[in-house]
Amino acid sequence: MPDPMKIRANLVGDSTEVKVLMSHEMDTGLAKDSSGKVIPAWFIQKVTVLHNDQQVLYAQWGTAVSKNPFMSFKFKGGAKGDKVTITWVDNHNETRTDSAVVG
Amino acid sequence: MPRKLRSIPGAAAALALAVITVTLPIVSVPAAAQESVEKAIEQYRQDLQGGNPAELWEARGEEIWNTPRGPKHASFKSCDLGLGPGIVKGAYAQLPRYFPDAGRVLDLESRLVWCMVNQQGLTHAEATKVTFGKGSRKRSDLEALTAYVVAQSDGTKMNVSLADPHVRDMYEIGEKMFFYRAGTHDFACATCHGSDGKRIRLQDLPNLTKKADAQRAYTSWPAYRVSQGEVRTFQWRLHDCLRQQRFPDLIYGSDASIALTTYLAARANGAAYAGPGMKR
Repeated sequence: MPDPMKIRANLVGDSTEVKVLMSHEMDTGLAKDSSGKVIPAWFIQKVTVLHNDQQVLYAQWGTAVSKNPFMSFKFKGGAKGDKVTITWVDNHNETRTDSAVVG
Repeated sequence: MPRKLRSIPGAAAALALAVITVTLPIVSVPAAAQESVEKAIEQYRQDLQGGNPAELWEARGEEIWNTPRGPKHASFKSCDLGLGPGIVKGAYAQLPRYFPDAGRVLDLESRLVWCMVNQQGLTHAEATKVTFGKGSRKRSDLEALTAYVVAQSDGTKMNVSLADPHVRDMYEIGEKMFFYRAGTHDFACATCHGSDGKRIRLQDLPNLTKKADAQRAYTSWPAYRVSQGEVRTFQWRLHDCLRQQRFPDLIYGSDASIALTTYLAARANGAAYAGPGMKR
């Protein structure tokens, strides 16, 4: 089971600012371990963000994204108490979903 | 001139060009470029505000702290970091300190190991199996616990008391070590950290003999090391400094490591702790 994300969602003016930290190795498939064997690619491929039940962001990621990724974005609307739900799926089909309340 | 160039075979021309492009940066790197790199790094740090991945370690550390572990099935709630069993808030700002139950001066990491051994019943080897983690396949509980504990001192003024003679001794030994030159390169900590304007590659090195630098340096460790994707503790910082000096391996939680930590921590007294930090 992957580690939980750390999500912050705050109202800034008329939009909601979301900051999220994800725990993931994000191996590119290009690096080798100490014995010289290639470490296979293992990375987050899809990120979906829901505001309550409505999708506000969908992203396709590749190996250029860093280890333990940090993503920050804003969307219009949102009110205190609304729910922001984030889901990622990696190329091993592992997935993690966490949510936060807009503050 | 162009005619002459044309007469040079392609490979040689390419080589000549390569030499030019290689030598140029070396000649022209001076102050301005150096400054813009520093600015860029500073900008990068600001952009990542609220995005320090050390928070992922803090969350894991908190869970470990509250979970009963080891043969004695004890959690860290019975672990006394100096302010009473289980009290974490502000504890890091007063470490290292003398612990009568251990009969030694201990820093945070060695105190965590002490609690694992004496309260949870782990062997010393089990407790220190992974001191410095490497990815999700080899994670260090000590790094996670450290991140959690130090975060509870964020904003607290550093206040390492030297009133206890044991701590005073450690401080003085640490100071001696800091200036002691040895090893194949005849290095001391002070060789790199004893004057202004020194750097390793692009990293500016703090002049730890100056109060302000010493405070800024100590209060920004432990930190998330972006290039390694790991939270690194102060034990790691010292271990790697000594490695770079070609000294023998610094043993995790050894008196030598605690003496140096005591010296550097006490030199930071008065400054607000601001960690876990984030490093290149």
